[in-house]
Amino acid sequence: MHERTQPATRHVRKPDLWTRLPVWPVYLIAFIPAVWYFYLGATGGLGADPVKTFEHLLGIWTLRFLVLTLLVTPIRDLTGVSLIKYRRALGLMAFYYGLMHFSAYMLLDQALNFRTIVEDIAKRPFITIGMLGLVLMIPLAVTSNRWSIRRLGSNWNRLHKLVYVVAAAGALHFIIGVKGWPAEPVIYAAIVAVLLGWRGVRKPFVRWKRTTGPRAATSSG
Amino acid sequence: MKRDMPHIPYSEVTPKHLYLNRREFIAAAGAAAAATGILGEANAAALEARPSQYRVDEKLTPRDAVTTYNNFYEFGTEKGAPALASRDFKPLPWTVKIEGLVDKPREFDLRELVEKMPLEERVYRMRCVEAWSMVIPWIGFPLSALLQQVEPLGSAKYVAFTSVLRPEEMPGQRGIFQVLDWPYVEGLRLDEAMHPLTILSVGLYGETLPNANGAPIRLVVPWKYGFKGIKSITRISFVEKEPPTTWNLMAPGEYGFYANVNPEVDHPRWSQATERRIGEDGFFGSGRRDTLMFNGYGEQVASLYAGMDLRKYY
Repeated sequence: MHERTQPATRHVRKPDLWTRLPVWPVYLIAFIPAVWYFYLGATGGLGADPVKTFEHLLGIWTLRFLVLTLLVTPIRDLTGVSLIKYRRALGLMAFYYGLMHFSAYMLLDQALNFRTIVEDIAKRPFITIGMLGLVLMIPLAVTSNRWSIRRLGSNWNRLHKLVYVVAAAGALHFIIGVKGWPAEPVIYAAIVAVLLGWRGVRKPFVRWKRTTGPRAATSSG
Repeated sequence: MKRDMPHIPYSEVTPKHLYLNRREFIAAAGAAAAATGILGEANAAALEARPSQYRVDEKLTPRDAVTTYNNFYEFGTEKGAPALASRDFKPLPWTVKIEGLVDKPREFDLRELVEKMPLEERVYRMRCVEAWSMVIPWIGFPLSALLQQVEPLGSAKYVAFTSVLRPEEMPGQRGIFQVLDWPYVEGLRLDEAMHPLTILSVGLYGETLPNANGAPIRLVVPWKYGFKGIKSITRISFVEKEPPTTWNLMAPGEYGFYANVNPEVDHPRWSQATERRIGEDGFFGSGRRDTLMFNGYGEQVASLYAGMDLRKYY
């Protein structure tokens, strides 16, 4: 995303630590859970149902990266701290984890039984919804580069609003894939709901903050 | 299931087993009860049972998996929660009340049951509605052997079971976020309850039931989904009408009263055609195996449902 040129009157701060750090360690760190769980799974460390556990953990991390991606804007709105530099990495990691989650289901759980996989995707609402989330991440992942941003212009922003649908699909996929209403999927759904809800109220909030917030108060006083 | 299968004693799987006789069990269980709260599995005491003719000839699910991978929401919804969060649960002393449409309502002391009932070891398949399965060496006795003692009346058509309500010992029953209504209740049609395959289990793998598996006494109905196997039973009641059952109350469109294992009738949200055998298939295993009609017990139980539409009565 392009940051607009700030008005000259804005105070100039020294760049914060989080904007000086490079992005590549995010990718490196983000892959650690997947590698670690794979190692545990392969060595008998994932309990009585290792395939299900592995699948589940990869799914959880997909949701976590989606949540982190969606947190960048509210954090900036509320605190002024901009982590936008890392957002592409976080979004891409959500896609990679989603892809690994699906691969684990396809390879380890269903052992490439395509008839069942196709049937599952077509017939089981929670798998259909999960699959929808994954498929919708493909155009987002493909266009997560500078060339696409330049090329697509304002359409890029419109396209990337799909991440809201993806996050909702992910949370729903989790909640309807389980028996009853256990706490964990409900908590994730609540977090996603709050993050999506924020998109509805952030514009008035940001405007209000600019006019009546502490910064406006000090500059006028 | 074949009755003439070679009998593989699980002592080959878990070699060091010292069997106490029943009186010693009672003493040991009493001592163990006194020690509860200090040691998690203090209640496990050896239990002697004669091998039954009812044994599936399939590899047993390792004891570790059977006792640490459980659905017992009274202790939490995670599979590992029951083993971890059931330390404070006190399965002894325990009584089971049998009442309702019977001639001789009675309260049975668990020790009396363990001492007097014909304990057998039965190796059954266990198929969870969540599409995973196990093979478990239960120790127990036919439910019918107990039910006959109270002399049911002719008007009794169903048997209702009630589990324990102890929020102070069961963390899943405390707090604001309650998954199910407690206590857990289940039910069987009278002929299902009287079927020779239906047992009350008081142990597994040669020992008394661990808390996580429904100590001290639970129902096992091998041709039905696992959730029918109500744990930690306190009351059994003979009734005229189909009794309410917990998962059916929670989601009537998903969990029926019958809950017979049926690969043809899918759960609305997932397939029941295949299952994963816990603790056996491993990480790079073959994945799944086909689920059998009535969990493989069709020969014995299919006649109970002759003429019934199993899609309607799921």
